[in-house]
Amino acid sequence: MADEMWVNMGPQHPFNHGLWNLRVRLDGETITAAEPIVGYLHRGWEKMVENRTYPQIIPLADRLCYGSSFSWSHLYCLAAERLFDIEIPERAKYIRTACLEIQRIISHLTWLMALGTDLGSYTILIWCLREREVFIDRMVDICGARMTYNYPRIGGVRNDLPPNFARDVIRSLDLFETRLQEIEALTDSNAAFRMRTVNIGNISAEKAINLGLTGPNLRGSGVELDLRRHEPYEVYDDMDFEICTATDGDAWSRYRVRVDEMRESDKIIRQCLDKMPEGPVRVKVPRCPPKGTVGCRVEDPRGESLMYIVSDGTDKPYRLKVRSPNYINLSAAPAMLLGYKISDVPSIMGVLDMCIGETDR
Amino acid sequence: MKVIIYDKPDRSEDDVARAIESKFPGAVEVLKTAPRRIFLRVTRESFLDVCTYMKDELSFEHNSCVSPVDYIEHFTVVYHISSWANHIMAEVQVDLPRDDPTVDSITPLWGGADWHEREAFDLMGVVFKGHPDLRRIMLPEEFKFHPLRKDFQVGRRV
Amino acid sequence: MDTLYTVLYDLSDWVLGLLAYIVDWTRLDFLSGLADWLVSEPVVVVVAVLLQALIYFVTLLLLGLCFIWMERKFLGRFMDRRGTQIGVLGFFQNFADGVKVVLKEHIVPKAADRGLFELAAFGILATSFMLLGCVPLSPQFYIIDVDLALLLGLAIFSFAPFSILVGGWASNNKYTLIGGMRAAAQLIALEIPLLLVVVSVVLMTGSLSFVGIVSWQQEHLWLAFPLFIGMLTFLVAGIGESERVPFDLPEAEAELVEGWQTEYGDVRWGLIMACDYLRAYIMCGLLTMMFLGGWDGPEFIWAEVWYLAKTFIVFFFFVWIRAAMVRIRTDQILMLGWKKLLPLAVVNLLVAVILKTAEVF
Repeated sequence: MADEMWVNMGPQHPFNHGLWNLRVRLDGETITAAEPIVGYLHRGWEKMVENRTYPQIIPLADRLCYGSSFSWSHLYCLAAERLFDIEIPERAKYIRTACLEIQRIISHLTWLMALGTDLGSYTILIWCLREREVFIDRMVDICGARMTYNYPRIGGVRNDLPPNFARDVIRSLDLFETRLQEIEALTDSNAAFRMRTVNIGNISAEKAINLGLTGPNLRGSGVELDLRRHEPYEVYDDMDFEICTATDGDAWSRYRVRVDEMRESDKIIRQCLDKMPEGPVRVKVPRCPPKGTVGCRVEDPRGESLMYIVSDGTDKPYRLKVRSPNYINLSAAPAMLLGYKISDVPSIMGVLDMCIGETDR
Repeated sequence: MKVIIYDKPDRSEDDVARAIESKFPGAVEVLKTAPRRIFLRVTRESFLDVCTYMKDELSFEHNSCVSPVDYIEHFTVVYHISSWANHIMAEVQVDLPRDDPTVDSITPLWGGADWHEREAFDLMGVVFKGHPDLRRIMLPEEFKFHPLRKDFQVGRRV
Repeated sequence: MDTLYTVLYDLSDWVLGLLAYIVDWTRLDFLSGLADWLVSEPVVVVVAVLLQALIYFVTLLLLGLCFIWMERKFLGRFMDRRGTQIGVLGFFQNFADGVKVVLKEHIVPKAADRGLFELAAFGILATSFMLLGCVPLSPQFYIIDVDLALLLGLAIFSFAPFSILVGGWASNNKYTLIGGMRAAAQLIALEIPLLLVVVSVVLMTGSLSFVGIVSWQQEHLWLAFPLFIGMLTFLVAGIGESERVPFDLPEAEAELVEGWQTEYGDVRWGLIMACDYLRAYIMCGLLTMMFLGGWDGPEFIWAEVWYLAKTFIVFFFFVWIRAAMVRIRTDQILMLGWKKLLPLAVVNLLVAVILKTAEVF
């Protein structure tokens, strides 16, 4: 096999979780070129929402990413609130923050389980699924849905927390802390896991910033950047948490950042429950927003997600543009893949945390 | 390697906005400033120069988003460009005539703009001069329309 | 003591004698020579051998099913789930799956080399079953016991890379081709340490037949004690040779879909899968035979039971490792084979030589 050959890893392939295609050119087993191809799941989301009223878009925003639906519908509501220029009740802000962090844990566990499958360990898959189920149960307690919650509203949240919610969440978190240690024993102290991730898919901080990487993938390259701290929304400026970073810029660093972030989310949820004020959870919102534009960004579990809404004064948005963090992380993937082996593709793409729903929109 | 920390903003929003405006008199119009935001309107001829200046001198390291909007009589491309060091996001608007929606590509400056520009080309039909690989990304190559334009009829069979 | 063969010889002698008596009793002219022919020596031998092969085949197929069941059930428990469910303790799940696989349509890819495609599947099946014939269950229960059984077994074992490479190439698919080449490289890299360990065992016991090796251990002690390094080397190399996690690179699901088996469907795939387990059984069996005293054990129970119990314990380690590990990369396997296992095998050989020259045994 002296010639180089192009291999299509997708659109149907065990390693890509979702419909996308990674074309790689192989010299032996070494990758000499890579080209991600997306669009297989393009639903015309941005066109679709131009024909929906503002509240109708909330469940659609949920469907942007099944893995972290709350953070998307929350981002939409946050952007819409800034467009309507309304202030939501304090209690709703705390509820949203707690839910966002529960969603972050769920999303990161989903990522870790997918990474486990990619690397060939089904034990990691099942154990993470088991832990994730606990937090999904908490979300079910709040809103009755497992994946696409449709819980935030423009002007607050749909309903108040159920009784004993704080107690249940604290119990779940206590359990989660011990279980996370068990999962780490499978990964951190596993020589094979280290062999598959350490020094794989290196990317320097400068290059990562230039290529538009955000979120845990950027923090894994040693850039302490978190929009929860640098552009606080909801009640993150009252919260005491650390921005997790790792400096090596390889797959292992990105993995470490996400696992540490789960612990930080744990801390934030506890603080939210501690400080949770009493009061209403929702305010009335007019039907049509004033004319204008708003650009609003938050720290999604996958990075910086942004919504840019243009309103023409009617009850439907004139234009709604979504910046999906994963879309740009994926466009930076070739820079990480070049020069590594085809066996490294699952580890590099696995730690990127792919979600095709939000990539293709 | 050490951690790059963006702790305290170096320059204020007004400061940055003034710097851009005074550097390119006539070409840049500061629409307004808000906490952590500046809003600029830039002419399309000087757009690339403004961006180069913002990146090199004002430490705007990151291109967050490229959002083309179809205002029927003209297109507006809205660039969200972030400065991590200053904790500012600049919203740069460039108006393009409808019959010639062409603007300079910023992909050579910010690699992250690559797919945003491809998407804008694909769905809105804005052409980015100097883009290394301007192809359709979401829709198939043989698709004839730019569906996010307002004159695209939803439900039309292709 | 009566061996399986002598028992079956007597049985077929008796049955054929009965047949001959019936033929004789009919007094039909055209059958006159038949009765004499039936009781002649060659016919009795052939019938006995065929019976023996049938019994052995069925026993080992059942054994293979037990292995698959054990793996699925234990992996389930390791992962905190229930594992197979159908039948007593889920034992009949495999039968259900087997029926399903048999009923599948046989599909040969259009671009595949049809003849070689079928031949490769046949090759891996044939060699695996031939292997089974070489490994006795006890001094009585075996098919052949030649003096060079160990060498013969390993020779047949190393025929596998050839079939795999041919199968991967004949499928005319990039994944299968890469998988086939990986399999060949990996098996060759691990074969050499494996053979060096076998050499040390042969050196100690002075025999190449399993019966000889085990009877030496019955006289002296289990070789696991003096040749502990050798046993560990053999364990690791054996897992690699039977292509199991963490060395299942040839069928690395994440990047190569199913590796060289990607294009095989229906019952061929089922049999290839069963062969994987049978090969794992062979490795466990060889390890038991060479280091754990084979069927050596107190005589209140059959020797076969001792042997199988030990084999299952070794296989339990295989499953345990599979549950705990992630898959490692091709180059890392080759590195392990040539740089770690080979020196260890040489050290082990040195130990054997020293023990032998010092006449400890």
